[in-house]
Amino acid sequence: MVTGVRHVPDARSRSYAHPQVQAAWQALDCGLAPVADVFEECIYAALASFSKPQLDAYLEAARVIGKLGRGAEPLLAFLEEWPTVVAAASGDQEPLLPQVMAVIRAMQKSPNSRAITPFLQTLAAVARRLQSAEQIEVYLDIALNLMARTTGSIHGHHTTFPSPGLPEFFEQAPRLLGLLSTTGLQRWTEYGIRNYADHPERQVDYFSLQSADSHAVLQRERHGTLFADVERQLDLYLRALWRDSEQLVPYSTAPLTSGELRKPVPYYDHLGLRVPDVFDDGKGVSGLDRYRAVLAHMVGHRRWSQAQIADNWSPLQRMAVEFFEDCRIETLLIREYPGLSRIFLALHPKPLADACNAETTSCLRHRLAMVSRALLDPAHGYGEPVLLDFVRRFHQMLAGRDSSTAECAALALAYVTQTRRQSDQLAKIHFDDTVIDYRDDNRQLWKFIEQGDEEEAFDEERKLEPGEELRGLPPRRYPEWDGASQTYRPDWVSVYEALHPSGNPAEIDRLLAKHAALAKHLKRLLDLVKPQDKVRIRYQEEGSELDLDVAVGSLIDFKSGTTPDPRINMSHRTDGRNIEVLLLLDLSASLNERVGAGGTASGQTILELSQEAVSLLAWAIDCLGDPYAIAGFHSNTRHEVRYQHIKGFSERWDDTVKARLAALQAGFSTRMGAALRHAGHYLSARRADKKILLLLTDGEPADIDVAEPGHLRADARKAVEELAAQGVTTFCLSLDPRADDYVRDIFGKRWRVLDRIERLPETLPSLYLELTR
Amino acid sequence: MSNKEQFLVRAEPYYEAQGKEVALYEAAYHARLPVMVKGPTGCGKSRFVEYMAWKLGKPLITVACNEDMTASDLVGRYLLDASGTRWLDGPLTTAARIGAICYLDEIVEARQDTTVVIHPLTDHRRVLPLDKKGELIEAHADFQLVISYNPGYQSLMKDLKQSTKQRFTAFDFDYPEAALETQIVVQESGLDAGTAATLVRIAQTARNLKGHGLDEGISTRLIVYAATLIKRGVAPQDACRMAMVRPITDDADIRATLDHAVDASFA
Ligand SMILES: Nc1ncnc2c1ncn2[C@@H]1O[C@H](COP(=O)(O)OP(=O)(O)OP(=O)(O)O)[C@@H](O)[C@H]1O
Ligand SMILES: [Mg+2]
Repeated sequence: MVTGVRHVPDARSRSYAHPQVQAAWQALDCGLAPVADVFEECIYAALASFSKPQLDAYLEAARVIGKLGRGAEPLLAFLEEWPTVVAAASGDQEPLLPQVMAVIRAMQKSPNSRAITPFLQTLAAVARRLQSAEQIEVYLDIALNLMARTTGSIHGHHTTFPSPGLPEFFEQAPRLLGLLSTTGLQRWTEYGIRNYADHPERQVDYFSLQSADSHAVLQRERHGTLFADVERQLDLYLRALWRDSEQLVPYSTAPLTSGELRKPVPYYDHLGLRVPDVFDDGKGVSGLDRYRAVLAHMVGHRRWSQAQIADNWSPLQRMAVEFFEDCRIETLLIREYPGLSRIFLALHPKPLADACNAETTSCLRHRLAMVSRALLDPAHGYGEPVLLDFVRRFHQMLAGRDSSTAECAALALAYVTQTRRQSDQLAKIHFDDTVIDYRDDNRQLWKFIEQGDEEEAFDEERKLEPGEELRGLPPRRYPEWDGASQTYRPDWVSVYEALHPSGNPAEIDRLLAKHAALAKHLKRLLDLVKPQDKVRIRYQEEGSELDLDVAVGSLIDFKSGTTPDPRINMSHRTDGRNIEVLLLLDLSASLNERVGAGGTASGQTILELSQEAVSLLAWAIDCLGDPYAIAGFHSNTRHEVRYQHIKGFSERWDDTVKARLAALQAGFSTRMGAALRHAGHYLSARRADKKILLLLTDGEPADIDVAEPGHLRADARKAVEELAAQGVTTFCLSLDPRADDYVRDIFGKRWRVLDRIERLPETLPSLYLELTR
Repeated sequence: MSNKEQFLVRAEPYYEAQGKEVALYEAAYHARLPVMVKGPTGCGKSRFVEYMAWKLGKPLITVACNEDMTASDLVGRYLLDASGTRWLDGPLTTAARIGAICYLDEIVEARQDTTVVIHPLTDHRRVLPLDKKGELIEAHADFQLVISYNPGYQSLMKDLKQSTKQRFTAFDFDYPEAALETQIVVQESGLDAGTAATLVRIAQTARNLKGHGLDEGISTRLIVYAATLIKRGVAPQDACRMAMVRPITDDADIRATLDHAVDASFA
């Protein structure tokens, strides 16, 4: 839009149809036209994921940024990117926003305000790579440190020069974090500061990754196993060996910029298993195996530990209980997988028996570390009689049974009592060779009665108001299965069908172009599957032509007295691929979530990925020539299931269809059964041999008027059965990694879970090829 | 040629029952109901049928179905010979004549037009028309039809028609639970129970990944293979990789995970 010449009225007077958007615009108090142009879209995105207080804080922050006097750019970047940042940090805006604002203020106050825009522009990409609020904090610290030490430090001048490297640093940050952990980034930055603080040009070269040493340091820091690179393997590990599908959340191992040493310890809480962002190889154990040891240990606690009331025990007693309990857990783990003992023992320190001087130092930790070693390592070699006695009692306690945390604690307390020394109370503690770094911090092992458990207060999710009036056809009513009473509720659900609104078809062509390489690969596969018009069938007793090769062979057999093969004819048939498919898309609100996990996270929403995947699939099916249709659905109570027609069987894959696909939007809930029935009634009217309903969804059936989760699930299962009876095969591709329980319930054997949503665009078409091979 | 003797299962096949399937099968046989045995690959379907044939003292004719199989391959065909042509019964016809249990293994592999020839044999008529020969065979009183079918196949194209499915009674098999599977491995390979239990555990780790990158887990058959290799002196880890991990996946992450499961399972 060219705005330069015309007189632009103050955008404050802009008005929006939606009252919430209008209120938000007033709160923003912003006169910038480019902001006004995208504001509505941004607010919708924010409304979909923010609670009311979060939204207010977001708008207030935006208002401040709008008033920095740096034009529209920083504000645009903030408005558009911030919801992604919050989503990457597990939806937790609270600690993060004030910190980001503090960084912005610091830049504004110093001469570095030019860096604000690049900072905000790459923040979302950075957040997607880092995946946790703690890690993002570390990143902010690194940036502040860089700013403080490179601003105005040019020899002989006053502090009026902005940091030359800072904007470059922000621009490169996503790329750097693709290669380095925050620890590595911190060291890489440190090198640049130390060497080029006084050379503006070379500093720019360094931080923009132009100089040779910048690359060299980058390579040097790239050691160890990055969590982001092995995340899928760790997920598989948990699932395969331990049947656990808990979330993994990385934390930073970078030292604080204040120079304070940070030695975080793994732990777990209601958000998942927390592990470091990088592990070096060491002590003969690969970084990957160290991750596995950490996970196994935490899984063990989750299985076998019961939280104990901490209040009655002294800190020393608690420490002893933790050592003993950790050993009990590991003994049980090793019982399941004996090979783990090699990894545990390689990582477990082996304290020397006489390393601690009990005259001057508190030695309890040292004694416990020795006990710990001895409990796990039959070849420990210690000779101290009390220790040996407790090792024996420990194994006795676990002989043929799991024992319990309480029983183990009793043994630990007995050990403390029996070996007590006056010096245990000394402030100087012997630490050497007592830290067992694959063990978690045991916070879950303790309950404190005194301070009341702080219940996490979850804000209620906000929902969009029901949208515009539905136009179009009168509703079609469907029954719904009531699993509790084993009866149908007749005419229970109203399905409104409408043409999906249209957008810009060029969008879809752009998406297809983006996946050109993938399309090329698919094309090769398609050519293999694609029906050749005429297929030759050999070895026919009756056929249209004589197959000379075979006939001659038979004649020879005949002459030589052996039984000739009578199948000497061949015939042709035009290929029999007789498949019709309806692709049904779940368009519920959860599709607006961004894809975060994994190293290559593209940070797109699931909806965008679905758009790409569906475009590719449509293109592929079109190449094959199978008739197909596409529809989407979402629901807002049983009175309003919307079924959106995107492509009909008789429509071509052309701009009209692409335009509808381009306008795909997500909202509301997932009443699956009704949508399946409606889609099924179209399919069952088709005449193909094979009728396939391919459902793409990211969650289980749900709707806001149904509290009991099993109900819609039972209904969906029923719908799948009904369709099967009508000759329609239903297959579900689920994007919910935790879908196992319910997809099996609903779809029997016909489902697949996609663990890496980023790979949807390649998976969906190849799944279709596989299914119809 | 149609000699009943040669199709009898002479020695008792080793079979561990997973549940009530033996008694149920006997009941189905006595009523001459067609039977369908469903289950993942290598879980003991074929072994079960063989065992039942032995137990009932009936001949067993097994046909491994494949895509190229035509109806003539089941029913029979005319052959040329020096003196003209001669009819040769197919295995299904032979079974119907001599009163054998006819076991069509992996029936989904066969083309659908082939499958329909079994229809008249499976309803009350119990007849088999030989169109080319112009003969209608009444099935022998002892004849029974059994098919096996692996529903785990992901291809929707390879599925039985409802009209075929609904002619059979069915057993749903799965891999035996750990203790039983261990016992089977011990019996089949002669391996010691401890190592066998470890192999079963490794197979279970792979079965946990079904639907997450694996279409099928590690089968009982593959466990028996690994056990056999170990018994012959191959190092356990190598045997597991070769017989249990490599055959089932090309996905590098899954392979690495299962390799680790193998390492972790042996002390
Ligand atoms: N219940 C059982 N008793 C004895 N052996 C068994 C049992 N289950 C499985 N086995 C072992 O597993 C092997 C594979 O079994 P079988 O060949 O019957 O599998 P299947 O289910 O027919 O497989 P496919 O579908 O691939 O044909 C057998 O050779 C046998 O060693
Ligand atoms: Mg078999």
